[in-house]
Amino acid sequence: MMALSFSKESEERITKLLPKYPDKMAACLPVLWIAQDEFGWVSDDAMRLVAERLDLSLAHVYGVATFYTMYNKKRVGHYHVQVCTNVACMLNDAYDVMGSFERELGIKRGQTTEDGLFTLCEVECLAACGGAVCVQVNKDYHEKVRAEDVGAFVKKLRAAVTPDSAKAAGTIEAKG
Amino acid sequence: MKILTKNFGNEQAKEIATYEKLGGYQALRKAVRLKPAQIIDEVKAGSLRGRGGAGFPAGVKWGFLPKDAETIYLVVNADEGEPGTFKDRWLMYWDPHRLIEGCCIAAYACRSHNVYIYIRGELFKEAAILEKAVDEAYRRGMLGNSMVGSGWAMDMAVHRGAGAYICGEETSLLNSIEGLRGYPRLKPPFPAIKGVFGKPTIVNNVETLMSVPAIIELGGDAYAKLGVEGEGGQRCIAISGHVKNPGVYEIPCGKSLKAIIDDDAGGMRSPDKPIKGVIPGGSSMPVLLAHEIDVPYSVDGLGKSEKIGEVEISPGKKFIWAGGTLRSSPGSGAIVVMEEGTDMVAVCARLMRFYAHESCGQCTPCREGSGWLAKICTRLAEGQGRPGDLQRLERAAAQIGGNTICALGDAVTWPMLGFLTKFRDEFEARLAESTYVDEGTP
Ligand SMILES: Cc1cc2nc3c(=O)[nH]c(=O)nc-3n(C[C@H](O)[C@H](O)[C@H](O)COP(=O)(O)O)c2cc1C
Ligand code: SF4
Ligand code: FES
Repeated sequence: MMALSFSKESEERITKLLPKYPDKMAACLPVLWIAQDEFGWVSDDAMRLVAERLDLSLAHVYGVATFYTMYNKKRVGHYHVQVCTNVACMLNDAYDVMGSFERELGIKRGQTTEDGLFTLCEVECLAACGGAVCVQVNKDYHEKVRAEDVGAFVKKLRAAVTPDSAKAAGTIEAKG
Repeated sequence: MKILTKNFGNEQAKEIATYEKLGGYQALRKAVRLKPAQIIDEVKAGSLRGRGGAGFPAGVKWGFLPKDAETIYLVVNADEGEPGTFKDRWLMYWDPHRLIEGCCIAAYACRSHNVYIYIRGELFKEAAILEKAVDEAYRRGMLGNSMVGSGWAMDMAVHRGAGAYICGEETSLLNSIEGLRGYPRLKPPFPAIKGVFGKPTIVNNVETLMSVPAIIELGGDAYAKLGVEGEGGQRCIAISGHVKNPGVYEIPCGKSLKAIIDDDAGGMRSPDKPIKGVIPGGSSMPVLLAHEIDVPYSVDGLGKSEKIGEVEISPGKKFIWAGGTLRSSPGSGAIVVMEEGTDMVAVCARLMRFYAHESCGQCTPCREGSGWLAKICTRLAEGQGRPGDLQRLERAAAQIGGNTICALGDAVTWPMLGFLTKFRDEFEARLAESTYVDEGTP
């Protein structure tokens, strides 16, 4: 695989970010975010790139990237569906919502659909307990999700996929 | 009176021009004409207690800073991750400039020129709102070389987390800003002496800092009178679970917990299902029974009221914490209400799985203990409890809190013993119904 490099936009974001901190190490989390934004996930190559850019050891960046759950160390689907099942959501039948997603998508939690469109995960409290059940899809929160709405919900997500959006998300390998 | 929720529902108030038109940044202009020590005195007089969970008096904390420090940091804890808690997200969404204004006043009072807002990674929308507001504040001269023309330099940056509940613990949060894994640090030294980048640092919760402008506007004494003795002003509570109207409500400190549930949240969602239990201050705080909720919503009200039974290790044996017994606490202001029919063993098991998942693993009692509690509670909930499991829960739970680097250890012990004390009959019944067959394997 070819070594990765940051795009011009990402480089600009990094340059703007560094003066906010007294040292480069503090930029480790934000630059990992920038890498994930650009490449869709944080591969070993992306970690190497972050390490080089910030003069950190690969071991350090690896340790950080693996500590925090939101850095995707594996490719995730175009839609990363994250269902909160913590207490307030559980009291509002989050496990039924999770079950509906599993049936609707034909996968279990932790898995990705074969077409690469959906990854389904169980997550902890999203700080949206008043809107239980809360489901985070990529960057967006969806509140008051009910088990019986999941079918229509998934349909809407499928309908919103365009070849461009799929490619831009970097989650589906360009074919051919 | 509305203070913290004044701009809720007004989409325009996120913009600096509207925020100013509604009276915003007046408190900051007033504050920079005072001496830092005078501001700290007002905040002490207002008896503002931290809203992040521990309830520590804010002005007292600011007073711990060394007098001769050259560089001091103010860090905002916007990591909101304690199950049940969602007030900071609403506060930042609706009123980002009140947070910036509160930070400016607090930083000035602490003689700091540098503020980091540490926001949890999942909150993409709120982080974008804050970043926009910070940009606006720079352009309008609230931040930068001379804060509102005072000559005081003030820099502010938003730092995003990346998914780790433990980073809400203040020393873990500081490591996370430094670009490290979020492992809590041993205290002492406390952050006020040695915090982020090795410098004296004050860490405060979002809502704590957003309460500061009102203290400057009203004066400490008037602010204090809005609340109760020892706990001044108003706070936001986030209420969820089986109530009719879940949401964020602003209440005077010390309002009756029962009244909050009945009046603010509209009571229970099903009239035929009364309250069975209430988690009063985020998932770490011991659960209450329906007859224990007619108490003031304050550290003393929930901590000392005789109406609330004390947490026990086993029947008759009180759990001792910090030299006294334990009841409960308003913690992070999150109230989770559960109706009759709720499976309390399953709720407790879910919380224990949460803590087992979030333990950073540095301390053996927390790492191993939380794992054991999760496993045993889950098998009890699934009808696979084994003889002696309740005693295993008691023993494991009692050994965690107080024996660890950070307070996550207590956050495992307290709810576990709380559920076991208050719903013991349910745990026992579940064990009695267990279909587990001992096949001789340990
Ligand atoms: C495991 C753990 C998680 C915590 N999470 C948060 C949090 O998400 N937000 C918060 O403000 N405080 C949290 N705290 C409390 C902080 O350590 C600290 O006490 C607080 O930010 C101080 O601010 P305050 O005095 O204004 O409340 C947490 C504490 C522990 C032990
Ligand atoms: S108490 Fe738990 S979370 Fe806190 S430092 Fe120890 S192992 Fe980590
Ligand atoms: S419990 Fe699901 S968002 Fe808080």
